[in-house]
Amino acid sequence: MIMNRIPLLLCCFLSATSLLQSQQNRYPWLEVSPKTMVSTRVGDIPVVDFSGLQPLLEQDGPGIHVINFWATWCAPCIKELPHFESLREDFADRGVKVTLVSLDMPAFWEKRLPAFIEKRGIESPVVVLDDPRQNDWIPRVSPQWSGAIPATLIYDHERREFYEQSFDGPQLEAVINSFLND
Amino acid sequence: MKTIPQTLLLLAFLSLSVFPVFSQGYAIGDKAADFALPAVDGNTVSLSDFPDARGFIVVFTCNTCPYAQAYEQRIEALNRQYASRGFPVIAINPNNPSIQPGDSFEKMKERAAQRGFTFPYLLDEGQEVYPRYGATRTPHVFLLERSGGDLLVRYIGAVDDNYQDAKAVETPYVEAAVEALLSGRPVPMETTRAIGCSIKA
Repeated sequence: MIMNRIPLLLCCFLSATSLLQSQQNRYPWLEVSPKTMVSTRVGDIPVVDFSGLQPLLEQDGPGIHVINFWATWCAPCIKELPHFESLREDFADRGVKVTLVSLDMPAFWEKRLPAFIEKRGIESPVVVLDDPRQNDWIPRVSPQWSGAIPATLIYDHERREFYEQSFDGPQLEAVINSFLND
Repeated sequence: MKTIPQTLLLLAFLSLSVFPVFSQGYAIGDKAADFALPAVDGNTVSLSDFPDARGFIVVFTCNTCPYAQAYEQRIEALNRQYASRGFPVIAINPNNPSIQPGDSFEKMKERAAQRGFTFPYLLDEGQEVYPRYGATRTPHVFLLERSGGDLLVRYIGAVDDNYQDAKAVETPYVEAAVEALLSGRPVPMETTRAIGCSIKA
């Protein structure tokens, strides 16, 4: 009986881990399988609740982690996205890692998010945070955050800053340089 | 030994210079200021126009933000539930229409008519009211209670704890706060946070 079940168990185990493994390059912080995935032509986007997102906010390793909270319906977010894309390109060799956390609602996952990412050629890893218990998790991202977006968390192993504001290119570079020069 | 405190001081100074916004606006217990703003029905509306009100559910909201849209019916329901009991809803669109054309005064009139708003829907013309209150996003609720000649801030935050699904709400924050005030109890949760659209200034 038990012997019969092993292949079945193994098969389930493999498919769950390979799903996780396929995400590990773009999402090395991801510890649990996402709730669901949003497919795009440039790769699948994991959808997680706050407990799934939390490792992204607490990475120990080297580098400067830039976590931008945005949504396709947020005009000032869209306006500043190119600066985060440039940051990822220009500062990758200095250990800057950009992740875009989309707060798009479920109704936008199929309709707007893939088209947006494909059309704009967004290359930074995108993850969708889907967790209605905002009053619980907003203060855990930062006690300073009132909840407005755009908002950006930037941290390394010794410093952590939260910005509830829009950035232009020079402002963003100045903040990153202040981290690099610490 | 000396360098550590200096670095800390520098960091503290830098943080202060980067976050000037957060300390502005009202805290719980503060006196709220009145205003005179144009309403979609053509009148100018002030809080002093409601001498019988026990307080106000002031909601900074707008036409265009998906979160504001998700809460539209629930804001209307709050007005229907509490206006007659002394806590009318006063909705204020804080956005600059030249940046967000969908929030123009004309578009506000259209939306109010379409949706059958029964509460005054005002434009924060000149954008002086929302910074005084400390609103940062739409929707953002400020519950005021009359106390003598003053209006005191009793609750700041979200309408409830589930923007996606009104049926899945576990804590209706504003309703719970108004009920508490109506029965003379302290407000159970005085501040909450929620995702919202930044105000377009």
